[in-house]
Amino acid sequence: MPAYVLGRLLALLPVLFGLSLIVFLIMALIPGDPAQAILGSYATPENVARINRDLGLDRSLPVQYLTWLGNVVTGDLGRSYSLNRPVLDEVLERFSATLILAGAALVLASVLGLLAGIVSAVYQYGLADKLVTFAVLIGISLPSFWLGLLLILLFAVRWRLLPVSGMYAIYGGGGLVDLLWHLILPATTLAVVAAGVIARLTRSAMLEVLRQDFVRTARAKGVSERGVVFRHALKAAMVTVIPVIGIQAGFVLGGAVYIETVFQWPGIGRMLVDAIGTRDILLVQGGVLVVAASYVLFNLLADVVQRLLDPRIAA
Amino acid sequence: MKAARGFFARLLRNRMAAAGLLVLALILAVVLAAPILPLADPDATDPARRLLPPFSEGAWLGTDALGRDLLARLVWGSRLSLAVGVAASLLAAVLGSTVGLLAGYLGGWTDTLLMRGIDTLMAFPYLLLALAIVAVLGPGLLNALYAVVVVNIPFFARNVRGVAAGLRHREFVDAARLSGMGSARILLQEVLPNVMPVIVITVSTTIGWMILETAGLSFLGLGSQPPQADLGSMLGEGRKVLINAPHVAAVPGLLVFLIVMSMNLIGDGVRDAIDPRLRTGLPGKPGTATRVERPDVPAGHDGDAGALLDVRNLKVAFDTGSGRNLAVQGVDLAVAPGECLGIIGESGSGKSVTALALARLVPSPPGVITGGVVRFEKDDLLAAPPGLLRRLRGGRIAYVFQDPLTTLHPLMRVGDQVIEAIQAHQRQAAGAARARVHELFAAVRLPEPDRIMQAYPHELSGGQRQRVSIAMALANDPDLIIADEPTTALDVTVQAGILDLLAELRRQRRLALVFISHDFGVIARICDRVAVMHGGEIVETGPVLDVLHRPRHSYTRRLIAAVPVLGRAKEILRTDPLEAPA
Repeated sequence: MPAYVLGRLLALLPVLFGLSLIVFLIMALIPGDPAQAILGSYATPENVARINRDLGLDRSLPVQYLTWLGNVVTGDLGRSYSLNRPVLDEVLERFSATLILAGAALVLASVLGLLAGIVSAVYQYGLADKLVTFAVLIGISLPSFWLGLLLILLFAVRWRLLPVSGMYAIYGGGGLVDLLWHLILPATTLAVVAAGVIARLTRSAMLEVLRQDFVRTARAKGVSERGVVFRHALKAAMVTVIPVIGIQAGFVLGGAVYIETVFQWPGIGRMLVDAIGTRDILLVQGGVLVVAASYVLFNLLADVVQRLLDPRIAA
Repeated sequence: MKAARGFFARLLRNRMAAAGLLVLALILAVVLAAPILPLADPDATDPARRLLPPFSEGAWLGTDALGRDLLARLVWGSRLSLAVGVAASLLAAVLGSTVGLLAGYLGGWTDTLLMRGIDTLMAFPYLLLALAIVAVLGPGLLNALYAVVVVNIPFFARNVRGVAAGLRHREFVDAARLSGMGSARILLQEVLPNVMPVIVITVSTTIGWMILETAGLSFLGLGSQPPQADLGSMLGEGRKVLINAPHVAAVPGLLVFLIVMSMNLIGDGVRDAIDPRLRTGLPGKPGTATRVERPDVPAGHDGDAGALLDVRNLKVAFDTGSGRNLAVQGVDLAVAPGECLGIIGESGSGKSVTALALARLVPSPPGVITGGVVRFEKDDLLAAPPGLLRRLRGGRIAYVFQDPLTTLHPLMRVGDQVIEAIQAHQRQAAGAARARVHELFAAVRLPEPDRIMQAYPHELSGGQRQRVSIAMALANDPDLIIADEPTTALDVTVQAGILDLLAELRRQRRLALVFISHDFGVIARICDRVAVMHGGEIVETGPVLDVLHRPRHSYTRRLIAAVPVLGRAKEILRTDPLEAPA
């Protein structure tokens, strides 16, 4: 196992290289004068000169890339001119807020999706199956930014059950309970599509597995139906479901951009949208780099989990 | 042409897809007719008529914050959103498929290089890459379109590459190459038509997302810029007046939802119609026990008073799309305690179906037991409630199947599988159950029980796996073991060992055995009586030696003649009668 993880980490190097190249090119490809673009309305002649000197924009592209990469590796992502603070500080702060939101949504989506998929498969063609199939169809077609607005209207404005937006109450907030309270609506909204996809896949994986010979063996042993479904079938189905949860993590992370805007969640998605608006390119670059690199590592984690689950791959 | 007509017929027969098509056709008809419809000017502002609610005079859907007519804006906005979505998916299809075709067809370095690039694109969370592209190009509808195209290219490239790589060495491609056709012509004339279905499937499954994502970028203010408005930017404007005038946001969102849902319905339908193997709802999953549909329950007959298992007139059928095929057509069997009954026949003779039907393990659907009685001691298993059936299975009637690589759970340690069999019938603490597994493994002559318990099925040899299955069958001291071709998947030498083991266990434990095989040699070695099955019926039955030496039925004679090891079987037979219990 350690050798496998090490091998996978080495195999990540080309992906990370490609990733850094694309992120670097974000800046290099900006039409016009990069310093002007980075500074936007802050582009005084002194600032432009400073940027050009700081970033070595007068040198050739490969040299610029290597310099930039060296800085990135040492944790220097530059300075945000619109916020006047180091990009890394801002990105990490915002990204942790996003991780809370996306993490909660992914857990919620996995639990809901697995349960719905299992119920749907076990009662195939029954009423429960039809209800789940219908709900999944609605779920994967809902624009999350619209659903968020509708939920705010109903739960926060009309029924006043839950907070309208934000991560903590402005007055007297700050505890874990307060955070969870604020998390309910955005995490649910963000989870809907992923839950639908996971439910759909769990259903078909379960149906596939329930037809296998080893499930018949379990029945021939006299294992209870619950044991057959959860111990035998689900275990085998998870091998196909886990990678899909890994892929959904990427969609949830991306979808967080909408949800953070709708619910005023101080995450990295909203930071990126704002940064694009103020043309704060260094901030965009740093944000994209950190999120993409974390996503790559998360996928590695999903692979490792799948491997732990399926001893056959290791053989 | 005919194929295309079949495709549309299948698509329309799918009610959900037809509903999607209908909704989409309605929306398309309205937006295409927008210029000639009697709509207000979508951009005409009127401060006096701000935020009118729906069903107001002169504004069916009300007005927005600038007093513009929402209905007109909705129609024109949908027109723009659809146009952008369609353009994006066509562009992504052309670019992505080109990458996939080149990578798949050319292979080698081109393939590695192109697919590494695609992998890198896939390494970004979907929407994040779109944001990065918009950051470079600047906000705007066209730039949002490019961003959505780029993030969707990998789906096309990957799918098309898979198929194209498979076609690269097919005969018709080789033939075209030998006849001197250039690569470009081969790609366009020979390969492209064959990857077209994949492209169509990918378009139909991604176009919904693309419309959603462009609307999303506009919602964030990164897509269409005022005064130009698509559904997403209308939704974004509506958000600003959400609390006072919820309809301004609700209506465009509803339309995005309808468009995306109809596209998803059509996408699922297209996928099912093109490739029926990918269908989401194939035959039903098997239930706990085979369904029984006996027209009349036979009156309680006494049968063989001494029989452990008494089967009368068993009929098993399989439902197919076009009707019901009878696989077992009225089989009678009786097994006394401690007796071994062999059932022999070629594949398709119904012998395995009979064996599975005894404990109602034939998958249902499609299997149905359509008649007969299966009496185990006093109980008719075909009328047994689920609880009784569960207690008997693995408790008093145990199974050993043909290929333990597929019949043991691949992801569970074999020790845990045997312990599960014990604990399904007896309350035993983990320690006691482990000790019991050691006993069982010793009984089936598996050495190093601790090591084997920790192993997964794929880590054991075929013979070891089958010994584990037998240990599992013995776990609760059953009265009857039904062994369905238990040695067929094994080497000849291993096969002999397993047969000896079964014969010995049978003698020691007074086990009754129903032994299914296609090999007369094997049956002769361990069974007392044999039933010969052909076409779902028992054509001949009697003591093994009688049947073997004086076959009455022509099918039995052919079956005996077909066994190449018959000479060896006869040798075994000469010594066998001494071993067989009376």
